[in-house]
Amino acid sequence: MTYSLNFAAVWRSFDLLLQGLALSLGLALVAILAGCAIGMITAFGLVSRNALLRKPAGLYVTVIRNTPILVLVLFSYFALPELGLRLGKIESFVLTLAIYSGAYLAEVFRGGLIAIPPGQREAGLAIGLTEMQIRTSIIIPLMLRSVLPSLSSTMISLFKDTSLAAAIAVPELTFEARKINVESFRVIETWIVASCLYVATCSLLAALMRAVERRLAVPR
Amino acid sequence: MEFSFLDQLWLARIPLVKGLGISVSISLLSIAVGTVLGVFVGLALVYGYRPVRWIVRGYTDFIRGTPVLVLVLASYYVLSTIGIDLGPFQAGVLALAVFCSSHVGELVRGALQSIPKGQTEAAKAIGLTFAQTFTYVLGPQALRQALPAWVNTAAEMVKASTLLSIIGVGELLLRTQEVISRTFMSLEFYFFAGFLYFAINYGIERFGRYVERKTAVPS
Repeated sequence: MTYSLNFAAVWRSFDLLLQGLALSLGLALVAILAGCAIGMITAFGLVSRNALLRKPAGLYVTVIRNTPILVLVLFSYFALPELGLRLGKIESFVLTLAIYSGAYLAEVFRGGLIAIPPGQREAGLAIGLTEMQIRTSIIIPLMLRSVLPSLSSTMISLFKDTSLAAAIAVPELTFEARKINVESFRVIETWIVASCLYVATCSLLAALMRAVERRLAVPR
Repeated sequence: MEFSFLDQLWLARIPLVKGLGISVSISLLSIAVGTVLGVFVGLALVYGYRPVRWIVRGYTDFIRGTPVLVLVLASYYVLSTIGIDLGPFQAGVLALAVFCSSHVGELVRGALQSIPKGQTEAAKAIGLTFAQTFTYVLGPQALRQALPAWVNTAAEMVKASTLLSIIGVGELLLRTQEVISRTFMSLEFYFFAGFLYFAINYGIERFGRYVERKTAVPS
């Protein structure tokens, strides 16, 4: 059989795809910011000597990391209303993604925290900083710089995970691609263009993060 | 008559158990096919001639840059358009296997490249052929290096198997959704499904830690 590629239908709806991509990026951005905050707090819990902080943090990370994200997405959209928490599609998805990425980022940050030599904290104490000041002005900046590579790969997989919002009909890139696919029957063309948009965005994000890494690299 | 969650769970036991079976088959098949493919991808990335290496690099980068859900949807819709009539199960497993192969490929590449050059040189010095070097020197070391991460990939595949519910494969999540649409007990049944997935993945994670301890190079 012969199938000739014809991208006309996809180009006609290209602005839909771009809108979808913009929404995907927006979802990822909000989720990563919230996820970083959750991950940071959890990471300090994970390395805490206090078991009352460490145990719940560990439980959260273990449970979330071992549950499929699609189950979490469906759970928060369809089951949370039964508990009285009724959120819109976008809100519930961003919340899920933030909690999901928070668990992964907690592990990333934990790795960074335990890699910081204790001398840094002691030096801070010696010049009279409080524990909180040591955290905000010594530990966190040092830790962030050392975890940048893992942070960027987590960000990229988070961006790819925004495709799951299609499952609850959030009009992001995958959802729009599916819609164009159904309307135009230009199946191959639609998926080629959608995949290329994802791949291009991921490479762009990776390049951006590498540039940040280079700028912040420890001078030798 | 009111049914409690446990009554409903008992009524739904057969579809749920069948769904779980399908989820497990999806995971096992895609891990097996993906691993075999991935080993070739990894070998090509390290030892391939330059054009081969470029093509394989392009393949892995493209697959890794695309969301798994897009791979699943594309595989299902595209293959049927070009006349390859696979059911949703086969198309989905194919997509997951391709996804798995790109991850395993990178694992294998990383493991092979982490072996010091001196090992190959030493093998050459005592007159081993490349095949022998690989079987006796590089392979075992790479395996030890890649095994813990490979177990993690296996857990990823179990999680990714849920995506096949979107193209209508009757695995655990789709069966759960069907039960929910009949019983309206979304909280209980999503929780139940989530717990099953958690139990499987937690088991795999513990196994991964065990493998990591067992294969750690004594220092």
